[in-house]
Amino acid sequence: MEQRHQVLSVLVENKPGVLARVASLLARRGFNIHSLAVGPTAEPGMSKMTVVVNTPELEQVKKQLHKLINVVKITEMDPATTLERELMLVRVKAEPGRRAEIMALANIFHATAVDVSAHSITFQVLGVPSKINDFVDLLRPFGLQEMVKSGRIAMAREPKGRKLKAVAG
Amino acid sequence: MATITGAQALIKAIEQQGTEVAFGVPGGAILPAYDPILDADFRHILARHEQGAGHMAEGYAWATGRVGVAIATSGPGATNLVTPLADALMDSVPIVAVTGQVPTQAVGNDAFQEAYTTGITMPATKHNFFVTDANDIAQTVAEAFHLAGTGRPGPVLVDVPKDVLNAQITWRDPGDISMPGYKPTTEPHPRRIKEAIRMIEGAERPVLYVGGGIIKAEASAALTAFADLTGIPVITTLMGRGAIPDGHPNAIGMPGMHGLYAATTAMQQSDLLVAIGVRFDDRVTGDPEAFAPFAKVIHADIDPAEIGKVRAAEVPVVGDARRILEKMCEAWGESPAPDLDKWWNSIRGWQEKHPLRFQQETDGPIKPQYVVTRLAELADEEAVVVSGVGQHQMWASQFWPFQAPRRWINSGGLGTMGFAVPAAIGAKAGRPDAQVIAVDGDGCFQMTFQELLTASAENIPIKVALFNNAAHGMVRQWQRLFYNGRFSASDLGDRYPDYVKLAESLGCAGLRADRPEDVEGTINRMLEIDDRPVVAEFAVDRDEMVFPMVPAGGPNDVIITGPEDL
Repeated sequence: MEQRHQVLSVLVENKPGVLARVASLLARRGFNIHSLAVGPTAEPGMSKMTVVVNTPELEQVKKQLHKLINVVKITEMDPATTLERELMLVRVKAEPGRRAEIMALANIFHATAVDVSAHSITFQVLGVPSKINDFVDLLRPFGLQEMVKSGRIAMAREPKGRKLKAVAG
Repeated sequence: MATITGAQALIKAIEQQGTEVAFGVPGGAILPAYDPILDADFRHILARHEQGAGHMAEGYAWATGRVGVAIATSGPGATNLVTPLADALMDSVPIVAVTGQVPTQAVGNDAFQEAYTTGITMPATKHNFFVTDANDIAQTVAEAFHLAGTGRPGPVLVDVPKDVLNAQITWRDPGDISMPGYKPTTEPHPRRIKEAIRMIEGAERPVLYVGGGIIKAEASAALTAFADLTGIPVITTLMGRGAIPDGHPNAIGMPGMHGLYAATTAMQQSDLLVAIGVRFDDRVTGDPEAFAPFAKVIHADIDPAEIGKVRAAEVPVVGDARRILEKMCEAWGESPAPDLDKWWNSIRGWQEKHPLRFQQETDGPIKPQYVVTRLAELADEEAVVVSGVGQHQMWASQFWPFQAPRRWINSGGLGTMGFAVPAAIGAKAGRPDAQVIAVDGDGCFQMTFQELLTASAENIPIKVALFNNAAHGMVRQWQRLFYNGRFSASDLGDRYPDYVKLAESLGCAGLRADRPEDVEGTINRMLEIDDRPVVAEFAVDRDEMVFPMVPAGGPNDVIITGPEDL
């Protein structure tokens, strides 16, 4: 299922209401947003939105987004050359007898315990979305208590050729 | 350097855009702007309702090709503008709306007459602005006019809080317009033009399917030239009526739900749709899956998002319709027109077999089609016709021969009943020398007739041909055809109002025709009166239906050509 999502990296002018414009447009045209993360970029006055959608009409999504005056550039991210990350906080039921088992799982996923109580552990996990989802699936039998995700962020890898040249120069 | 208020800057910025006329209604939050309006070098027309002001701005824009301006106060003033904004967005009408807002410190506090105007109008505008600093007013107004009038035209709203209007600033002329996210493509790609021409050369049953984009781009001459060069039949949508003269031998009229049989069928049978400035609206295509099943598509539009939205295009061309058609004419060059005789024979056959028709009995009720036909014959050749939405709109589009663009103004996409009277006022304000005739239905008229007060007070002598069937006629038609004749809430009654007296009380002349023999005299009288607005009521047959008709969502192969097909 995860593979069918498409990731758009949308460069927008950092103007009031721009998030509302993007969200409202996608809702109005009936496009389902899987996740949306927004933050500043290295370029002053610009923000980057990472929009994850699942639609057979990706061209329309892009064209409609382009009609928004504050949208400057849209890049459809190629999964093969894209770095994708998501941050999750997850609280799982952890009675004393099961802690070791849970911690072993957490180690495999490089999850960090950030809060521990008598009956639960809260982990922070950073990684590619599919890994995070796998971790959640494995924790589920222990009893998930609460979970929040940051939404996916994505950035294209530097093309290999250019990278080497830069090193050489 | 002397300072001016934000409000003065606002009015000066609107003046700088070459504005001739603005339509508006004052109120608390916009009051600061109404003071400098007294000294403005544009005319302000006081509408009776903000919706009227918005449609007037639209009518002005349609008739003149320039950006229309509407002004309203905060809260209800702004919400009343929502319908004209949505209308202008659907039909790509360039208007700028300026609204007052409650003072900045009150915003978000549910203040008196506060509404979240930019939020409410976000999906009803091409773009909107909330101005927080009076120093930004001039630049924002310049950007608003630029956005409204370029690319795919549309409505733009500028919302200004009262304290920003009252702030003291030093005027600075707006600078260059630089919007990194707004760079419409006007020049078509040469390769696309080549591909299009190659495809047209190879087609056996091509049609030019053209719409409002031709009117907006002033592309009529280029379109007509291309039709002359190639001999291809031209179909004009509801929004594109007049894009090519109806008298041109290639013009075969309007397609779609109430389109001419020959036009709708030509599209169905076509092997190539050359679609320019159209958006494959459902009223044109019927069931999109069954639409023009044999046709390849060349789709040219200024808005890339329209291409492939409804129908995939073999050749997409992004650009300004006039530039595209000029380039196509150039590329066609001296090549001979393809042999389309067989195709034309089929089309002529459909035209002969299924022409538009109606029967006016001398002792029967007045047929609305008869009134349109007589009006078109008796009116000024260059008259501007403005219609509402419904049966009368379809009859006007079908039976009025439009020989040039910008002579047919109506609400196509949103289908806004009540559009005609205010839009006609706006059109007449923009083109005072033109004969402007609103073709309206009684249902529509009852939604916005108070704007006739505006017309009287401002001495804007429009003519309203009121088709009175004492009903919401199109609703009644659908109820007759699809709801077993159960007429729910579509009867407006024929006892009230007395339209002649109503018109007179609004400062207009009032006329009435009850019988077919009254029609010509009433029309002539209506056309003669030019010192005030006129309302001429025609008591038309309430059982008359619009044909041809393709039932909504059905395939365009199944056309009801008249009552005998039912």
